[in-house]
Amino acid sequence: MIRKKTDDKKQWFLYSANLRTKTLVIIVLSSLVIISIFVSGYFIRDIPSSFVNANQMPSLEHLFGTDWMGRDMFQRTIAGLGLSLMVGFIASAVSTCISIIFGLFSSFNKFADEFVAGIIDLFGSIPHILLIIIVSIMFGGGVYGVIMGVGLTHWTPLARVLRSEVKEIRTKEYIHLAHNLGKSKMWIALKHILPLIVSQIIVGVILMFPHAIMHEAAITFLGFGLPPHEPAIGVILSESMHYLSSGYWWLAFYPGISLLIVVLLFDLIGENVEKLLNPETAQE
Amino acid sequence: MNKQKLAKYFGFKLVRFIILIIAVAIFSFVLLDLSPIDPVNAYLKGAAVSEAQRQILEQYFGTNVPLPTKIYHWILNLIQGNLGTSLIYRAPVVDVIYQKFSASVVLMALSWIFSGVIGFALGILAGKNKGSWIDKVVKVYCYAIQSAPSFWVGMLILMVFSVYLGWFPIGFGVPIGVKSTDATFMEWATRLVLPTLTLSLVGLAPIAMYTRNELVQVLSSDYVLFAKSRGEKGWDLVKNHGIRNILLPAVTLQFLSFSELFGGAVMVEQVFSYPGIGQTAVAAGLQNDVPLFLGIVVISAIFVFVGNLLADISYYLIDPRIKESEFND
Repeated sequence: MIRKKTDDKKQWFLYSANLRTKTLVIIVLSSLVIISIFVSGYFIRDIPSSFVNANQMPSLEHLFGTDWMGRDMFQRTIAGLGLSLMVGFIASAVSTCISIIFGLFSSFNKFADEFVAGIIDLFGSIPHILLIIIVSIMFGGGVYGVIMGVGLTHWTPLARVLRSEVKEIRTKEYIHLAHNLGKSKMWIALKHILPLIVSQIIVGVILMFPHAIMHEAAITFLGFGLPPHEPAIGVILSESMHYLSSGYWWLAFYPGISLLIVVLLFDLIGENVEKLLNPETAQE
Repeated sequence: MNKQKLAKYFGFKLVRFIILIIAVAIFSFVLLDLSPIDPVNAYLKGAAVSEAQRQILEQYFGTNVPLPTKIYHWILNLIQGNLGTSLIYRAPVVDVIYQKFSASVVLMALSWIFSGVIGFALGILAGKNKGSWIDKVVKVYCYAIQSAPSFWVGMLILMVFSVYLGWFPIGFGVPIGVKSTDATFMEWATRLVLPTLTLSLVGLAPIAMYTRNELVQVLSSDYVLFAKSRGEKGWDLVKNHGIRNILLPAVTLQFLSFSELFGGAVMVEQVFSYPGIGQTAVAAGLQNDVPLFLGIVVISAIFVFVGNLLADISYYLIDPRIKESEFND
């Protein structure tokens, strides 16, 4: 297809820059926002409660309003997002390890490949949210259960991508050559296949993050895992369910929209990193 | 169409289905068996019993039976359609699932249809007017809704329509104090509107994005250029070359979304306290009702498989090339 010169390029309003600069700026800015949320979320402990200021509308003093105990919702939201990011981070790390292992394992022989495909099918055949619930129940619930539940179930899309990549790489001449030279399958997988799929892995991890965070929020909203006093986003939202009929809209609106923004930022980073790593679009 | 080949195709699918369901059943059973849930405690819910009674219960639930034997019995019972007794409803799991699932199916089917139709229409509208404000609005909407948790969207809708405007009740499948069998059609319908609206709004994003991108691609292709030079334009062009090319793959995509549909239903039913399968699953998970939860997992796996099967069949009907290659293997 002929790539047309569309107005997409005009949208960059500050100054004319090439794609690389643009994407780098976007990546750095979004990362800064996320890191600052994570760090400040880490430092927010013991939000003071004052019943005098309970259930206040959002104002300059309390950006997101206050809840029924007079705690500042902005602080709670940031703390919740920090927790979500941490869970998302650990879960993505776990998921990535699993998908790399499965991806490389599928390179061994046809049987291994079929085995990996079967496991991916098995995980894909149960609705994701139920799968997370089962795994988190298996690990006994709590924070640990949530992390494992989210971490052990998000590897399927990345593993699928890696498997198809590996399938293609396996047919290459130099793999056969290395095999004939007597190199072990493990050696081939680590030295000849892994370096070629690194860019897929990086993109996959970043795009896995928003899913992990959303599912973490969903699962804590349903009441699995985190105890009610932890300021997780899901917990905050499920608590605000009780105040919906009283008209305290800010309790639900702001935490949700903050979560949405964080997820969007991750998507943005992921897409731009992909653009940079993909040789077809990197040189524009 | 060759009947023998068709039979072979469905035979293959059937074998796959059986293997998959047994795998799902064993997998979920093992996971829940490894969990620290003690069936006796889950059954007693903290009630004090003597040691002798506890032993009777342990024997009844078979807590000391080795795992392979347990799996064997579970599969045997599953094949006979016996999923055990639910601990929270104190009724056979099959009955509970049947009752709850039929409520959910109405919700899911309606939102499936609405999200498909509206999503496709929005995608066509956006793709046809690429770069216009309609396109931008649709694109921003799709990006935003795909990043928003579905339960939060449900809460916003609940706030707007039930709390502020007061048009709809806040929840429950039927009014309080009325048996679900006695509720009138209108009472059911009014409580269906908001969950359906939420699920549709969430579900239309992928299909709209897909349709939009495909239509943009079709419209920039050479044959559309040729059609334009022949004098076709406007809506006819989109109808003849765009919709005909995109509609069926879009239908396939929509069939493949059964898994997300189920997940969305779980969240949305929780928000609107709609007494469907999703809410039951959450209740079963929270209250350690293992038989019911396992039953729901198996049913949901069947549900997702049916979706994939329908997608396969629709694909098979659409694209003659697949027909060829499938049987040449």
